[in-house]
Amino acid sequence: MTHVIAVPPSLDDASFEQVLGPLATLAPDDRVLLDARHTRWASPYGLVGLLTIAQSRGTRPSLIPPEADETASYWARTGFFQQAESLFEITGPVPRLRGGGESNVLLEITPVVQSGDVHSVVERIQQRAQKILSSELNIDAQASIRFVMTLSEVCQNVVEHAGRGGWVAVQTYRWQKRLGRRVVQIAVADAGIGFRRSLESLPGRLAPAPGDRWDDGTALEEAVIRGVSRFRDRGRGQGLAGARNFLGKWSGKLSIRSGTARIAIVPAWDEDAPLLEDLAPFPGAQVQITIPERAAAAAA
Amino acid sequence: MIHHIDLSSVLRRSVCELYSNLVTRPTGVAVRSEIEQLVADRPGRTLTIIDFTHVGLLDYSCADEVVAKLLLKVDGYFVFRGLHEAHIDAIEATLARYDLALVVEQHDGSARLVGTVDAAQRDAWATVHRLGQGDAVTLAASLGTGADDAKRLLDTLSSRRLLVQVGLVYLPIGSLRPSVA
Repeated sequence: MTHVIAVPPSLDDASFEQVLGPLATLAPDDRVLLDARHTRWASPYGLVGLLTIAQSRGTRPSLIPPEADETASYWARTGFFQQAESLFEITGPVPRLRGGGESNVLLEITPVVQSGDVHSVVERIQQRAQKILSSELNIDAQASIRFVMTLSEVCQNVVEHAGRGGWVAVQTYRWQKRLGRRVVQIAVADAGIGFRRSLESLPGRLAPAPGDRWDDGTALEEAVIRGVSRFRDRGRGQGLAGARNFLGKWSGKLSIRSGTARIAIVPAWDEDAPLLEDLAPFPGAQVQITIPERAAAAAA
Repeated sequence: MIHHIDLSSVLRRSVCELYSNLVTRPTGVAVRSEIEQLVADRPGRTLTIIDFTHVGLLDYSCADEVVAKLLLKVDGYFVFRGLHEAHIDAIEATLARYDLALVVEQHDGSARLVGTVDAAQRDAWATVHRLGQGDAVTLAASLGTGADDAKRLLDTLSSRRLLVQVGLVYLPIGSLRPSVA
């Protein structure tokens, strides 16, 4: 029996939970069909999230692509189908990229498996991003450099901690809700071991005392807020700390979902919850970083 | 003897000739190992100038390996040059983890300290640079402090390899001019 899960019309980090909820009730080897026929829009997080769903399944899932030509073509432009072809049984012809039209894709969906991939991602984004970030989002050259540093660090976390590869994507788009400005968004996702299991592998780590809380939420707090790493080395854990520092200065947003919890560093322009727990369980880590356009007055 | 290392060349030689960015920890480890070998090949305690001029991006992992761990593992004097603001941000963040500091040669040829240095040490260092050299008595007179305190500051800066001690005299590393605050 194939279990059909509808992909929401607008797929972002919040609505992604509508896919994970039903998925969590299934066994890993159950057959799954993701029905994206009526999906009209997906954020980078939504797209790499779909790939990690496939990565997490024991049996190759099926996918029905969006019906709307414009949506299917956009997904093709992001490189989604290029990655999805090997992970999903795609129903019908695989939508292909059609030329023309302005692209807001700064980095197509790219696998991150080893350190060389991080180098490659950084080189590619440097070539494309700086001009676009400056002209479209008023993000100056020095901030663009820090943006790429942040990208490098979150990609490295996949290589160093996930235990398997993941994906990264970077796009710009208009954030309508409250902000009303363009944003650039980084999404990095994997279906690896996740934060809790990563921290549990810290050598010499003691089991929590009876009554002490230890779960996905506390693991995320330790890693994101306190900078704890599974490595004993004092030099570890700087990547997320550096990302937070950069995002703090640029009113950016960081959110990380792992296991059954999601933590967010929420800027003034957003209304998200800093910590969500008891979410539908899903392996690995899914990271989203959002940096808003610098208002012209603030940039001056 | 002054040894000059172009970091970009080390990166290309030791990791990949196509790379221009210092990113990822394995890259940092490889570059640091190469620098350690280059320094070890020179006799005695050397001054090594690490040149970042042709390095694009420096991430925190590489700053940790190529700067902080280099300072911890290698017994020598180092000056860092060719740094831009984002390089310094990554370096400062990593130095703070270990309470380290280092000397940076700025684009105008002047020097400054980067990292964990308290105000008294900073003043003492700047004074030695301004005078071209210093001892406990001259430093005490310049700072308006006692000779014992001045000696303590100089010894601390020397042990941290931010000044060079030759007998009773302390010298700036290399021949750099101090930057004006």
